[in-house]
Amino acid sequence: MSKVKSSISKSKVSKSIQQRSVFLVYFGALIKNNFFGRKMMDGTDDSNLLNSSSANNGATMEIASPTNPLAVPPTSGGSVVTGATNGSGSATSPDSSSSAPATPAALGENALHVEISDALSEKEKVKFTVHTRTTLPGFAKKDNNVVRQHEEFVWLHDRIEENEDYAGYIIPPCPPRPDFDASREKLQRLGEGEGNMTKEEFKKMKSELEAEYLATFKKTVAMHEVFLRRLASHPVFRVDQHLKVFLEYDQDLCAKPRKKMAIFGGFVKSLGKTTDEILLSATVRDVNDFFENELQFLTEYHGHLREAAARTEKMTQRHKDVGDSHQKISNALTQLSTTEKGNMETFVAKTAEIFERIKNLETRVASDQDLKLGDTLRYYQRDSDAAKALLIRRLRCLAAYETANRNLEKARSKNKDVHAPLEVQEAEAAQAEACEKFESMSACGKEELIGFRNRRVAAFKKSLVELSELEIKHAKTQYEYLRQSLLALKEIA
Amino acid sequence: MEVESPEHTREFAEVDINNGDNGVESSDEEEEVPAPGSITLAGNDTDLFVSAMSPSSIEHPLQEVLTDDGDYFINIVVSDPQKIGDGMGSYLAYKVTTKTNIPKFKRSEFSTLRRFSDFLGIHDLLVGKYMRQGRIIPPAPSKNIIGSTKVKISPQQSEPGTPMNQEWVEIRRAALERFVHRTAQHPILRVDLDFMNFLESDQELPRAVNTSALSGAGVIRLFNKVGETVNKITYKMDENDPWFDDKITEVESLDAHLQKLHNAMKSLVTSRRELSALTGLVAKSAAMLSTCEEHTGLSRALSNLADLEEKIELLRSEQGNSDFFILAEFIKDYLGLFGAIKCIFHERVKAFQNWQYAQMQLSKRRENRGRFELANRADKLDQAQQEVDEWQGKVQRCQQQFDDISAEIKREMERFELTRVKDFKANIIKYIEDQMAHQQQIVSYWEAFAPYAREIV
Repeated sequence: MSKVKSSISKSKVSKSIQQRSVFLVYFGALIKNNFFGRKMMDGTDDSNLLNSSSANNGATMEIASPTNPLAVPPTSGGSVVTGATNGSGSATSPDSSSSAPATPAALGENALHVEISDALSEKEKVKFTVHTRTTLPGFAKKDNNVVRQHEEFVWLHDRIEENEDYAGYIIPPCPPRPDFDASREKLQRLGEGEGNMTKEEFKKMKSELEAEYLATFKKTVAMHEVFLRRLASHPVFRVDQHLKVFLEYDQDLCAKPRKKMAIFGGFVKSLGKTTDEILLSATVRDVNDFFENELQFLTEYHGHLREAAARTEKMTQRHKDVGDSHQKISNALTQLSTTEKGNMETFVAKTAEIFERIKNLETRVASDQDLKLGDTLRYYQRDSDAAKALLIRRLRCLAAYETANRNLEKARSKNKDVHAPLEVQEAEAAQAEACEKFESMSACGKEELIGFRNRRVAAFKKSLVELSELEIKHAKTQYEYLRQSLLALKEIA
Repeated sequence: MEVESPEHTREFAEVDINNGDNGVESSDEEEEVPAPGSITLAGNDTDLFVSAMSPSSIEHPLQEVLTDDGDYFINIVVSDPQKIGDGMGSYLAYKVTTKTNIPKFKRSEFSTLRRFSDFLGIHDLLVGKYMRQGRIIPPAPSKNIIGSTKVKISPQQSEPGTPMNQEWVEIRRAALERFVHRTAQHPILRVDLDFMNFLESDQELPRAVNTSALSGAGVIRLFNKVGETVNKITYKMDENDPWFDDKITEVESLDAHLQKLHNAMKSLVTSRRELSALTGLVAKSAAMLSTCEEHTGLSRALSNLADLEEKIELLRSEQGNSDFFILAEFIKDYLGLFGAIKCIFHERVKAFQNWQYAQMQLSKRRENRGRFELANRADKLDQAQQEVDEWQGKVQRCQQQFDDISAEIKREMERFELTRVKDFKANIIKYIEDQMAHQQQIVSYWEAFAPYAREIV
């Protein structure tokens, strides 16, 4: 049953990808195809977008960072907690992970290091090159590269999610599908406006578009990398067979054709899942306060996160519009300066320059808000959803346990005259099994939830600290720039 | 170079202040043309019209220089919008406070209560009096029926209405203040008797009849305007002064560019205001998250983030206000002024048409006279001669008028250019200073927040 479900959700995703990826053809020509180098990502300090994207996702990547041998004691069970505390420690030194890839020799025993070393934007898809370095015994090669697409990440996520053995763990949320909507929209506008634009404006728009596309692209890559890193650093998931296949097998993992009906099925399925949740939480009475509170908390928290993420996105979007308006003003001023004479011409030209610079600064503020605040909110929106899924699975398990109890009762009352009846024995065994499963799941889930909490707090701390630092930096830069411009303007005037 | 009368010396010195670079030129000029009126004109390169200066315009130069004379000032503040009356008959009145040291005013500080239509009235009066002469009359703010009706309907009397209405009232108040201020900057307009009466008199002004947008007069005005526009398009005068050709092209192109600039600024204002509102929503979400968050440190940081975003919301709306009042409205005013300039250019065209017409009539009369002379009709000859004389006078008057308006426009344009450049620079500098203050505030807000983020354990 779960198999059906996963394939359905997969095709849903892939369908939407097909719809969206047509315009990527253009980008193939627009942008140098293979531009995404690992070194580049870590090394560009002045290119704020890229730098902060890698740094931000570092917040989640660094948790139990496999490059730090102390962070993951590979054999011990409860390493998530230690990993998380380590993560909060490394929040003060954001560069700890970026320096790691440069020292491949530092692999400890039983290490698994995964990164996306390269990504290729092709006609209809993005191809990620997944680079694995490992000393784990099961792997054939210590150093391996495979090419994967987004759908295969989804496949991996679904395989792990449907695995009964992992029911007690928070499944790292699936990376969002590559989304180049904004770029596409701008591209359209660029195409439409080509006629009534000056050559410089067109050039400016084009380079802006390229930069934006590049930023979105890198963000997508980083999200996929975070997913893999979380799996690789998890004590249980890192030895998962599917992960191994994902990292080693050099063929496409999901070649199945997808049908349109599957989308509709997926919708029904998700609807069924939601009602299931409501029914479960209504009928099953939790014995454990911790979990009951957690479920309540997570449900509420997830809702607020979703809202906050959506609003932050809107805010940063509008902030970018503010930047664009500055650009428009700058363009208008430049044109105006051509009609002006003498010192007024210089003055207006300088003003145009100032507005353009303010545009850059404001856009930067907006993208940093998006990266620091927006992305953290979005990631934990998905992560809290995954945590909630764990609790639902536990509830389902509890329901099964209760059913087993009732069956045992029934069997006992039915066979109370029979000595050592087989039916009762069977029911007892089933009950004991369900009980054990539930207990172990509860124990495991509790740790996972504490881990989730630590991870979340650390990540929020890191991004809030970085956000405030960046905001201060940007505001100071703009202040200083304005101060100097003011002097220059006064001199002209 | 030698100057005969002390009165002359004064004028000359003031011209120097006005056009420092032209000082030498004007002194050369004076040796040739000793007429007092020519001194100011010298700087304007209007030799062509020097001879045509009418006696009435000679008194202008003295007042003209008052503008840049630091000794005289006039400051007008429009404040305290208040609703008077109730329902549809109600109106908003503003307190107009003037501070000045111009001796023509009776006191140095005074205030009076004026309603919106009074402002429109004084504008119309000034237009009626001075536009023919080629003076740029600062345009009055336009009527906004929807806005004013809202104010009228709103129940509270002189109480602050809803924020939306308040904003509208503030926009109008600022526009009125700028209008009065601009008018007062003009050396002639500010000592116009009606304008002074508008500022000084405690009495209610006679209701201006033509200001209501929906009145019959308003409709007639509209028709007249349409007619004039058609006339503007169809009539092409053969320009004999290249200065005007250049100027008209320049004004047209400035106008077009400012129009574009204004649109860009409007979109900035809209985006910024929306950003402010959205920031407010983010603040609310952060507050919700904070109450929900179980980790104390993170919860505190989030609640502080909510406070911070609220402050930023306010700041963004302040930024929106400076976008609006310092940039957008300023440019809008200048678009209006360009409209006024086009009007005086058009007046000049009309004067030219009149002149041409008079000339045509004159030549007709002359032909008549010639015919009578040939026919030896002494009885008709007298009348024909009279007509010729009459039209000759008319031609002279019309030509005088045309020359006057041309000269006046040149002077007005020079004045306008100076003010425009000064205004533009001042506004941009003020805007940047505003933005600097905003950035400083952002720094202080985030610096206050940063410790809470670091304190999360």
